[in-house]
Amino acid sequence: MDTLSVDHLLGIKYLNRDDLELIFKTAETFTEVLSRPIKKVPSLNGITVANLFFENSTRTRTSFELAEKRLSADVVNFSAGVSSVSKGETLIDTVQNILAMKVDMVVMRHPNPGAGIFLSKNVPAQIVNAGDGAHEHPTQALLDSYSLRRKWGSVEGKKIVIVGDITHSRVAISNIYALQMQGAEVMVCGPATLIPKHIGALGVKVETDLRKALNWCDAANMLRVQHERQDISYFPSKQEYVKLYGLDKTLLDSLDKKITILHPGPINRGVEITSEVADCDQSIILEQVENGVAIRMAVLYLLASKRMN
Amino acid sequence: MQKEIISRHQLEVTLQRLACQLVENHRDFSSTVIVGIQRRGVVLAHKIGEILRRDYGIEDLKIGTLDVTFFRDDFRRRESPAHANTTSILFPVDNQKVVFIDDVLHTGRTQRAALSAINSFGRPSKIELLVLIHRRYSRQLPIQPDYKGIQVDVAEGEKVIVDVTQGNERVYIEEI
Repeated sequence: MDTLSVDHLLGIKYLNRDDLELIFKTAETFTEVLSRPIKKVPSLNGITVANLFFENSTRTRTSFELAEKRLSADVVNFSAGVSSVSKGETLIDTVQNILAMKVDMVVMRHPNPGAGIFLSKNVPAQIVNAGDGAHEHPTQALLDSYSLRRKWGSVEGKKIVIVGDITHSRVAISNIYALQMQGAEVMVCGPATLIPKHIGALGVKVETDLRKALNWCDAANMLRVQHERQDISYFPSKQEYVKLYGLDKTLLDSLDKKITILHPGPINRGVEITSEVADCDQSIILEQVENGVAIRMAVLYLLASKRMN
Repeated sequence: MQKEIISRHQLEVTLQRLACQLVENHRDFSSTVIVGIQRRGVVLAHKIGEILRRDYGIEDLKIGTLDVTFFRDDFRRRESPAHANTTSILFPVDNQKVVFIDDVLHTGRTQRAALSAINSFGRPSKIELLVLIHRRYSRQLPIQPDYKGIQVDVAEGEKVIVDVTQGNERVYIEEI
């Protein structure tokens, strides 16, 4: 396999195992590039990438922007808050206007699930989904897997639990697809109200007891409680959530084995994990951020290389 | 059809001569580093390095590998995308003399990319090029070797293949 099977990165669901391996292999070479004194290569010289963020984002946007700049692409940024979207312009009009400025690739975050898919069918540019509602966040899942692979060599046969608000999480869905595709076992854990009823259909285990879940796994991905997506209260109080689903150092140290801790950020310190856990040697949270740039460089490079084929 | 132009034995003699020429110009290699260009240039760099250590007693030889994929000028123009190999330059190149080692000098585009790529690691005081095979009359850029193994004139539609498989080293011309 020397090329991706897709023209856009809309979700992990649309990729196959060979695609994942190709992305990880390419990311390895970009990880090396990022260790050089000058961390820039001219591959995407002459290609223009528009970052369209219809939702707030700091790390994903910065990570994409850095990846694009390190590949020498020309970058335009667009945020919903300061654009004509607030004046009532539709998604397709906004994007058509940007494409009229001759943009080759669009990196988009949007609150509506499927926004990227819609766009890919209607505009002649390559689309990279940077998060669409509660649907998918493919580059986050790729960098999570990549971080675990760099630590373990492979995730095949490993057990990973995703803890927290599964219902509102695009990170959870993308991670489930990506990890299962690589032969890992996945469990979700959280309050019953935050776990979709039919999630078992995806072949994942469900557990509501955090201690049991942590004793089962090799790594735990601690998701943030997404207050902004919750239209109603799904648990009685933050204190109760912390008590039942928060991970502190005492709980971590009392487990049968040393597990690896991931977090997609931003962290609510003292809610899903305490500061002590976030900063301990079992946590690979900062590695995730670092690996995010290499993964995004790999995705952009591989998609761009398909453009003229 | 294959036509052998360098046998295993001849290759050893040629590499000996190239190593000797390098010593003439770089003496103890205290301010010179060797960089093999992926993929076959890396194998040749290590073969020459071995001769320099064994026959000339050069202990502190610094050998790196450089992949130029991301610096190529044919991205999105090729039939299939090029895949990067490892780069490993674990020493400073600032103010050092850098000797690039590659198997074949053909169009000059790989070496042009290498000149750009090495800048990511610093500013060498000088860069030289050593190639095993110097294909004449096929250059697309003004690049010439400083050290060359042999010079060949190859017809269009023919390709020079450097086989560096351990124990089966040889160079031959093949019709495409």
